[in-house]
Amino acid sequence: MMAETLVSPILGPGEPAPRFTLPSVPGESVRLVDYIGRPVILVFYPADWSPDCGDQLDVYNELLPEFAGLGARLLAISGDSIYSHLAFSNARNFHFPLLSDYLPRGEVGRQYGAFEDEAGMNHRALFVLDSEGIIRWSHLSPHRSIVPGADGILTALESLPESTGPRG
Amino acid sequence: MANLLIPVSPRDHARGPADAILTLVEYGDMQCPHCALVHPIIAEIAGELKDSLRVVFRHFPLAQLHPHAQLAAEALEAAGCQGRFWEMLDLLYQDNAKLDKDSLLRSAKKARVDMKQFTRELDGQVYKDRVRADFLSGVRSGVSGTPAFFINGEKYNGAYEFDALVAALLKASRRT
Repeated sequence: MMAETLVSPILGPGEPAPRFTLPSVPGESVRLVDYIGRPVILVFYPADWSPDCGDQLDVYNELLPEFAGLGARLLAISGDSIYSHLAFSNARNFHFPLLSDYLPRGEVGRQYGAFEDEAGMNHRALFVLDSEGIIRWSHLSPHRSIVPGADGILTALESLPESTGPRG
Repeated sequence: MANLLIPVSPRDHARGPADAILTLVEYGDMQCPHCALVHPIIAEIAGELKDSLRVVFRHFPLAQLHPHAQLAAEALEAAGCQGRFWEMLDLLYQDNAKLDKDSLLRSAKKARVDMKQFTRELDGQVYKDRVRADFLSGVRSGVSGTPAFFINGEKYNGAYEFDALVAALLKASRRT
């Protein structure tokens, strides 16, 4: 059994998404409550600067028009500092906020069941919240090396009663 | 296990027999260095497995990350429309640091396409939707980065190396 055994389940459908306020870039914070009112995609990921040139966050970045077409906005969360996030976001040309779950480390991740204390970083976990901030779908990748795509997110958004816009 | 949602069809760019026991679908981004590195490996594997293998290429440009990837993908389609898809793919991956428009035109010339038609179609963004459709088909199949491979419709999660890919292909062939 790998050391990275998943011991705590992530939050699931029907549970209210824990509210949080996290710094995004130097001088700015993002409050989840300001995003409630439209569907929200929450992406918990282990760390900035993944060695792959184009992976999970780059795919989501590419799909922002499709997500917007379904009324949704995306927030990504890791334990990295705002300085790392700023540099990473600029390097990859991201058009969504990277939030810094840094102080105290992993506090928000723990509330969602996504943070692994032993490793000191998040698992790869996805959540789709409806426009009232209730989790309607979540997914935990069985291992950090297994990178989830966006198919589950799109299907979950399309299943929301309030979803509008074209089916991609 | 993620599966290929849109099966291979005559609309795809395929190399190898349609009834080959193995089909390898690649979703690639023309500006991605990993894709460029794995390209000759796929060619080597195709050389080894010969008629047992059909190779299919679909576009997965991450345009926000790779500013030339979208146009390069459309250029491939334009070349493909004239039957020069694989020649163009080989040329572009040979030096995928150079994918600006002038480089694409030079490669198209080397691939011996009709330049007037090629340029007209590229400028007219004739293949923009086709490329996006490929990309979305990859998204729906669970592609989370490039390159992404599907062997007989099942996502391959191993290394982008000759031995690992061949092993996975041989394993799949024993299941057919």
